Amino acid sequence: MLRLPPFRLRTPSSLEEAARIVAGEGPAARFVAGGTDLWPNMKRRHQKADTVVSLMAVPGLAELRGDTGGNLEIGGTVTLDRVERDERVQTRFPALARAVASISSPPLRNMGTIGGNLCVDTRCTYYNQTEEWRRSIDYCLKEEGTVCWVAPGSSRCWAHTASDSAPMLAALGARVRLAGAEGEREIPLADLYRDDGIDYLGKRPEEVLSRVVVPAEADAGHCRSAFWKLRRRGSIDFAVLSVAVALWQEHGVVTRARIHLGAVASWPVGAEKAAEALVGRPVGDEEAIREAAKLVRRVATPMDNTDFLAQWRGVMAERYAESALREASGLEVTGLAPNHRLVG
Amino acid sequence: MSRAVTATLRVNGEERTVAFPGHHTLLEVLREECALTGTKHGCELGECGACTVLVDGRPVLSCLTLACQHEGREIETVEGLADGNRLGPLQVAFADLGAAQCGYCTPGILMAAEAMLREQPRPSRERIAEQLSGNLCRCTGYLKIVEAVEWAAAVRRGEDAGPPPEILFGHPEPGRPGGDAPGRRPSETASSNT
Repeated sequence: MLRLPPFRLRTPSSLEEAARIVAGEGPAARFVAGGTDLWPNMKRRHQKADTVVSLMAVPGLAELRGDTGGNLEIGGTVTLDRVERDERVQTRFPALARAVASISSPPLRNMGTIGGNLCVDTRCTYYNQTEEWRRSIDYCLKEEGTVCWVAPGSSRCWAHTASDSAPMLAALGARVRLAGAEGEREIPLADLYRDDGIDYLGKRPEEVLSRVVVPAEADAGHCRSAFWKLRRRGSIDFAVLSVAVALWQEHGVVTRARIHLGAVASWPVGAEKAAEALVGRPVGDEEAIREAAKLVRRVATPMDNTDFLAQWRGVMAERYAESALREASGLEVTGLAPNHRLVG
Repeated sequence: MSRAVTATLRVNGEERTVAFPGHHTLLEVLREECALTGTKHGCELGECGACTVLVDGRPVLSCLTLACQHEGREIETVEGLADGNRLGPLQVAFADLGAAQCGYCTPGILMAAEAMLREQPRPSRERIAEQLSGNLCRCTGYLKIVEAVEWAAAVRRGEDAGPPPEILFGHPEPGRPGGDAPGRRPSETASSNT
């Protein structure tokens, strides 16, 4: 049996208490929600903890509700399965439902949470291996080593973001609430991330991601969105590339656009120049979509750190950006990779 | 560091008070303390689905959840699918159709399928494939698994359903079981094998 190392489990009943425990214990303490990321990492001794603080007993953290302004508020411990099945998500934010439905497999979505998916550890070929494997070539930078095996001359870690909900929610302009020992603060979801494979979250360690707020202005009545994901199998596998797009229009002209890419960098990269190329152009202008897709390719610079050739993932970023933009614009979708399956 | 805990787990409708280290997973406690070894340990990292059990009717990977967090919840394992010596429709269909070869992935697949059939008595092939997409089988190629789930679903709905005879016995032959009897149900004989 591959067993967890021993640790102390704490189950606080408030966010303040949860934050206080982690603030008090420092790096030896970690949060857990659904456990589908932390437990495998602890079993393989990637991540270590003397104290694990479960958030599943904090009241109110598992609520999914609409607030008075029409925003949708998703509590940090709402399971992915609940997000995917929620009628409001399906009708108002269909691309978010699709992104969440593409995560892993049904039992894992029934356990994993939206907060956990947004904070999921970055991944790399040289990191997500057994302890023996990692020791045999000497540990990498992300884990007490001194060399990044993806780019040995580099002083930083190039592990890639593995969240599917993050690029989609960033494209929709969602915000996240972080609860610390001294109260809560709200930041744009895109600001939660840093372009660093090790220090990938821009939150303090004791802060809990308590809520995601998806704005009313990004719902299907105001905005058209799409999510495309590339991986070897249609289930279980993490993305090697994902493209999330959101388009706003008035009288058939694009007024605002956001494009975010998953799995090609340590954070969900925003393709701002590509999005700008669409603004002021008619919705469904194929020339504008091709231009934007080319600009997406410029910011998609995947490293050789996961399945498939890095260069091909970059090529596919252009293809998938074009496809996602075509879908969001109501055009016929082309450019599918072999075995690509639209979820939902 | 991690203390032993005593917890009362409700497994297959039966309450069991067990003592175990607090950091042990539900999989470890089911197999080692409850002696319910029907639940298998495969990758133990959440990639294969062999350890799938139901918690409050929903599929959960028992290798990635702590046993101490399951007090007061309804846990179901593959042992709970049979009523005494009488196998459930899914088990009978899997046995009769040869949907299990080495059988290691079977308990997890049965539980994932069971959860779906309770919510959705008439699932499409695509729905079955999606529901079982977290369960790896390295023997069968999945076709018979999907067919067995379809067959069990029909039996559960009370339909007079049988598998395609050629799948069971090669080309149908008059006089052989299944050869000339399209309405055949999952056999009772399968249950005496276990």
